[in-house]
Amino acid sequence: MGTGRLYVAVAVGGFRRYATYRVATAAGVFTNTVFGLILVYTYIALWEERPHLGGYDQAQAVTYVWLGQALLSTLSIGGGGFEDELMERIRTGDVAVDLYRPADLQLWWLAADLGRALFQLLGRGVLPFAFGAVFFEVALPSDPVTWAACLFAVLLGMVVSFGLRYLVALSAFWLMDGAGVSQMAWLAAFFCSGMLLPLNVFPGLLGEVVRALPWSSLLQAPADVLLGQADPLGTFAFQAAWAVALLAAGRLVQSAATRRVVVQGG
Amino acid sequence: MDGLRAYRMITAMWIRSTMAYRASFVMTTIGNFAATALDFVAILLMFSRVDALGGYTLPQIAFLYGVSGVAFGLADLAIGSMDRLGRRVRDGTLDTLLVRPAPVLAQVAADRFGLRRLGRVVQGALVLGWALLTVDIDWTPLKVLLMPMMLLSGAVIFCAVFVGGAAFQFVAQDASEVQNAFTYGGTTLLQYPPTVFGRELVRGVTFVLPLAFVNWVPASHVLGQPYPLDLPEWAAFAPPLVAVACCALAGLAWRAGLRTYRSTGS
Repeated sequence: MGTGRLYVAVAVGGFRRYATYRVATAAGVFTNTVFGLILVYTYIALWEERPHLGGYDQAQAVTYVWLGQALLSTLSIGGGGFEDELMERIRTGDVAVDLYRPADLQLWWLAADLGRALFQLLGRGVLPFAFGAVFFEVALPSDPVTWAACLFAVLLGMVVSFGLRYLVALSAFWLMDGAGVSQMAWLAAFFCSGMLLPLNVFPGLLGEVVRALPWSSLLQAPADVLLGQADPLGTFAFQAAWAVALLAAGRLVQSAATRRVVVQGG
Repeated sequence: MDGLRAYRMITAMWIRSTMAYRASFVMTTIGNFAATALDFVAILLMFSRVDALGGYTLPQIAFLYGVSGVAFGLADLAIGSMDRLGRRVRDGTLDTLLVRPAPVLAQVAADRFGLRRLGRVVQGALVLGWALLTVDIDWTPLKVLLMPMMLLSGAVIFCAVFVGGAAFQFVAQDASEVQNAFTYGGTTLLQYPPTVFGRELVRGVTFVLPLAFVNWVPASHVLGQPYPLDLPEWAAFAPPLVAVACCALAGLAWRAGLRTYRSTGS
């Protein structure tokens, strides 16, 4: 019970920390809306050329764009979560202090990042999505169960996203400078999550491969649940499996990494 | 002249410091290349499913993409760090620049000069090269002349947007993302034909923030496509004038912004 409370407090801290950046949040909402506008017009042109591309009709494609803008910073698809800070702590050696704390390193950062993600969903996600729903023809489910299922898929997506970025951050134990790995990681996330283009629009084998990768849990999975294109339970199982696998991999790498830690004096 | 000299000296310093970590430089340059190439991959994926978008063929869109990419890449290379101004205002490090005997604009523009941004220019140039080889153009001397003019004027227009955005950050220190909406958002917009977008949006980026003169308007002449908003024929040759006007306005905005600056005192 005691430890559970600790991680809840860490998550609340993560939430409140981002909530203090009000102007930055407003700026983010503006940017997500502008990018949503640009994308939505290209998608409309694309679906006008090929109606029902990838099994979506035009309203569903439009909805997909705005959901993507809502989830971009929530799921840190373009980076910008906890990982920069953890990498910096690894580089400077501050991580040694973290390791002495009576808390689990991975759970600590997971809690903090979930708090951040929840704030980003409310602070940066809701408004662009509402803008899209008001000004464009969207396909939204009317029953609350589908909405709840979508939210749950988003939550699982948060954990998968954390699992991926935790591995990225730990690479700093070996590489020191994590800039290159971070960049590769967000490129992969952009391409494979469906942020670039819905994964069901990808041609042939490529489409099947990207759908099987963990990144499809981030945007494609919640989108398909919301749009009624996927069975929610099967989607949850897929996401949960990747979440468990990635968190376990993170554990393994973490224990290998901490055996390497050399605390520099001074 | 003073400004140019300061700019040259500071950029040279940053290049030397970058070259101290050569492997990291190579990786981030490739990363920059790959990051921008992703946009083009999205277009290629779209064209794996359609033959035309908004009445433009793939080589024609590649032409728009290449011009926008090179023009923006050059501006980003030259003064792409301007978006860090907000942070400098916030933490008070702008004061250090104010007391140095060199123009502040030159110092801010050269701040953290990133040679890795060449990756973006190269990527745009490759796509443009491919477009020129495959696209069907009735070349005239005038059209040939338009090419370098388009790229240069485009780069200058984007530079003005960067400076204007930085001026805005004197007021809204936390809002660097708003600037991204116009810089990165602008170049993304111009990668697609004007026929894709709503009339109001095209009007906005023609008459309010004249990004349309980077490529849409002059490219219409080169590609023999209808002009956006039924602009007159001579509009294709207006980009240099538009660029000069943008610079004048951005310069005024910068001065006004700098005058409002009050140090944090910390």
